[in-house]
Amino acid sequence: MKNTASLEVPDLVTYDTSPSKYCHWKLSIENHIATLSMDVTEGKGFSPGYELKLNSYDLGVDIELYDALNRIRFEHPTVKCVVITSSKEKMFCSGANIYMLGKASHSAKVNFCKFTNETRNGMEDSSLHEGLKFLAAINGTVAGGGYELALACDKILMIDDRSSSVSLPEVPLLGVLPGTGGLTRIVDKRKVRKDHADVFCSLPEGFRATRAKKWNLVDEICKPKQFLAKTHVMAKDLVEASNRDSSRTEGVRLEKLNRAIDENGYHYNQVKVSIDKDKRVAFITVYGPETCPSENLEEIMAEGCSWWLLELARELDDAILLLRTNNLDIGVWVIKTEGAASNVMAIDQFVLDNINNWFVRSTIGFLRRTLARLEVSARSLFAIVDSRSCFAGTLTELLLAADRSYMLCPEEPSTDAPTVQLSKVNFGLYPMINDLSRIDSRFCEDQVKVSLAEKNCGQMLSAKDAESLGLVTFIPDELDWDEEIRLALEERVSISPDALTGMEANLRFSGKENTATRVFGRLSAWQNWIFNRPNAVGPAGALKTFGTGKKPEYKWERV
Amino acid sequence: MGKGIKMSINYSDRIPNNVNLSSDRSLQRALEHWQPRFLDWWSEMGPGGYSGSDAYLRTAVGVNAKDWASYGYVKMPDYRWGIFLADPVENRTIGFGDNYGKPVWQKVPGELRTQFRRIIVTQGDTEPASVEQQRLLGLTCPSLYDLRNLFQVNVEEGRHLWAMVYLLHAYFGRDGREEAEELLERHSGDLDNPRILGTFNQPITDWLSFFMFTYFTDRDGKFQLKSLAESAFDPLSRTCRFMLTEEAHHMFVGETGLSRVIKRTLQVMKQVGTDDPDAIRAEGAIDLQTFQKYLNFWYSSSLDLFGAEESSNAAFAFANGIKGRSDEAQYRDHLEVNSLLKVESHQGIREIPTRNAMNEVLRASYSQDCSIGLKRWNRLIARSNIDFEICLPSTKFNRNIGFWREVDTDPKGTQVSRNLFDKKREEWLPSESDHDFISNLMQRVVEPGKIAGWLAPPERGIDNKGLEYEYVRTQ
Repeated sequence: MKNTASLEVPDLVTYDTSPSKYCHWKLSIENHIATLSMDVTEGKGFSPGYELKLNSYDLGVDIELYDALNRIRFEHPTVKCVVITSSKEKMFCSGANIYMLGKASHSAKVNFCKFTNETRNGMEDSSLHEGLKFLAAINGTVAGGGYELALACDKILMIDDRSSSVSLPEVPLLGVLPGTGGLTRIVDKRKVRKDHADVFCSLPEGFRATRAKKWNLVDEICKPKQFLAKTHVMAKDLVEASNRDSSRTEGVRLEKLNRAIDENGYHYNQVKVSIDKDKRVAFITVYGPETCPSENLEEIMAEGCSWWLLELARELDDAILLLRTNNLDIGVWVIKTEGAASNVMAIDQFVLDNINNWFVRSTIGFLRRTLARLEVSARSLFAIVDSRSCFAGTLTELLLAADRSYMLCPEEPSTDAPTVQLSKVNFGLYPMINDLSRIDSRFCEDQVKVSLAEKNCGQMLSAKDAESLGLVTFIPDELDWDEEIRLALEERVSISPDALTGMEANLRFSGKENTATRVFGRLSAWQNWIFNRPNAVGPAGALKTFGTGKKPEYKWERV
Repeated sequence: MGKGIKMSINYSDRIPNNVNLSSDRSLQRALEHWQPRFLDWWSEMGPGGYSGSDAYLRTAVGVNAKDWASYGYVKMPDYRWGIFLADPVENRTIGFGDNYGKPVWQKVPGELRTQFRRIIVTQGDTEPASVEQQRLLGLTCPSLYDLRNLFQVNVEEGRHLWAMVYLLHAYFGRDGREEAEELLERHSGDLDNPRILGTFNQPITDWLSFFMFTYFTDRDGKFQLKSLAESAFDPLSRTCRFMLTEEAHHMFVGETGLSRVIKRTLQVMKQVGTDDPDAIRAEGAIDLQTFQKYLNFWYSSSLDLFGAEESSNAAFAFANGIKGRSDEAQYRDHLEVNSLLKVESHQGIREIPTRNAMNEVLRASYSQDCSIGLKRWNRLIARSNIDFEICLPSTKFNRNIGFWREVDTDPKGTQVSRNLFDKKREEWLPSESDHDFISNLMQRVVEPGKIAGWLAPPERGIDNKGLEYEYVRTQ
């Protein structure tokens, strides 16, 4: 997983893996049911200095999980339900590895938790939008992040062996939060009453199965002898509940990404990231389809993972992860597009015509989650629309995701004046994590503005049109262009990165809250604060003293 | 030259400049939009009553000794306002603050854009403001020579506005263009849309005030320009360096104007053989007591323009290379990282980090510069064997900004009660009746060679022309 192929960047972290390289998960498929069994190899931690005991996990374990989920989504179209369980005796999962957290830098902790959250949110996203259901088959003790993984599933079955327990010991034992969804999901999703939740979340040893069932922390409990049979029954029920089209048995193989890494950035087929280290800016260019795409579903399926839309989604996803993990001081991502807008619009039409096809649906899902990943990234996002751009339909989502945008408005009418196009996909196919389309969210659900935009679907909108519809922020002409953008970028990178992260996270998601927005907006934000406090990470903080026998020393002031 | 300028595409002819205007499409576009608005503003808010008159004015057509002062008759609306930067200093480095020693910037760094823009806008706003303040003075001019000087000051304030607008247009993009428009939309004394600095919203209705303004308030301008001439942003530095050559003329108008007031008063005192103010007034001259009161007012209000003694803005501007001290090279320490400066406050001596005390440092240089003219005037008075000394009041007197706004003092700086201050106000500062007296004294004199009775003639004319020369052809 640690890619040392490039001499310039020896410590680069990548998210590359494939089933033959898994150290921590076993994936097996039987008809409509996939079983992902956690079997963490103690000595294979992602970084040196800790052992992954008791099926605890770190970034490496989660990278495998993310890869396995994507393979189920694309390589195994027959699967309608994924069972998540453990190969260890009496231990489902003890959560994130505490020694790892104790050693990790603040940024590494935040990055790890964010990725973990995204993977879990992605499971719920696939269940909701693609009919891929999840069952947590808790066959032993489950604690912390292990239970949070289970909470992301549609159903939870727990073994009732009189010894296994379920707990969220973070608060009482570690002085931090169950920060990957635990606090949010037990109340939002499982509707546990707040006093019950209060008791549960402050009790280090947690509950055995019977109390867990009584307080609705799990859906079903079952004796060891019937556990496998019960698992199968519940999985079958979820298969029944799934609307995933599994008429096709042959999947689409996710090949290794065609990626080159050098000191200037990350280079893929459809995405190029060039990094200006001095300016602390990364330019992310997304390329439109080179040719007019096929309208034939079979041909598209034959293209597989090199189909433009899927390739783009995978590459952009990887680029975001690499930038987030390896380029912490690159504070602004400038998003550009290049290519023919008409080709993008043709893809959009194809997607809308084949919306029920599992492959199209899975690809949309991948891109939807990638766009969501972009929006929870702690970086400033500026979009630039110039004469080479193809911000049309699907790619317009990138424009709408940006914190602000600059569109070139030539002084004199010109044939290569840039345009922006909306298509039907911009009105609901790619909801943000707050369940709103980017257009809805942009206009704070003002239906007058949204329907005005919708009326202009398919139009090639000039800079002035795009500005008056509210789709772009600034429309400098060519005389101002270079200087406006230079000043804007220099100004942005000079502002406090922490304040920007907070500001952007607040402004990006207008309107109502849901579980996902609360996970990122409340749970993670508080967790990241706690991660910076001496009570957690000081020399006598709980994360540091864990496992030493020493009691943590807290400063008792409540803030 | 000097005849009505034809609107043409020839930019260097229409707008004299040394900034390559004819090849800078971006700047041309900005100016094409702004210039008509400027001309509208000039005809609405500029000097009243003389738009058809030919005035014998100096126009800068270049920055070298030969070109910066070329004289000729011109109707003011046809004046060729130009854009000039002093010649670049080769390999110039930043002279102060955290970036000391690094090469100066030819472009505005993005992170300092707002601060630079604000400082340029604030400086720029004072230029048209003073034209607006002085717009009715021409109607009571004491001579054609003085009228011409007023117009010269006015067109050069106009050119200084152009200089700041050039910076906004050339370096601040769309924001800069918007700010340039607003410089024409704010008006001195307009309650809804006032000029930025309070002092610039008071009209200047008499010539004694005009001379005081050019001596004291324009001298604040001189020191602001001197400190901006130190700026790390090279185009700002070069612009301000050239403006300083013109600002010197404004000081000259102030200093000689006030000298001539005193000279005339001394003549009258000799004639009537008394120092009784009423007797002097009765002869149509300005008594020295009234002169001193006007000086007290204009000096103290100009001191306020430097800002508070302790200022985080000043510290930021110094640390970041935006604004240095006047003649920064004279100082030994150009960083002033941990140094402290003792500053007198109403609560005793305070030690303020030098960076935060930059306003006070500049104010001190200004005060010293102000005192030079007074020495000359007092020599004149002494030579006439009159026992009177014109004094700069204490910097604590009559202040509305900084530590000293909290307390009242007499002109010597001794703290007094509010009661006493109110009682003495009319002794220390111009009263209603003083204003009435001065205002009645102001009568228009436009016959060539003639001069109003309260003012002595100048020692020499403009551009080697005699005093009888028709500096303004009124109709």
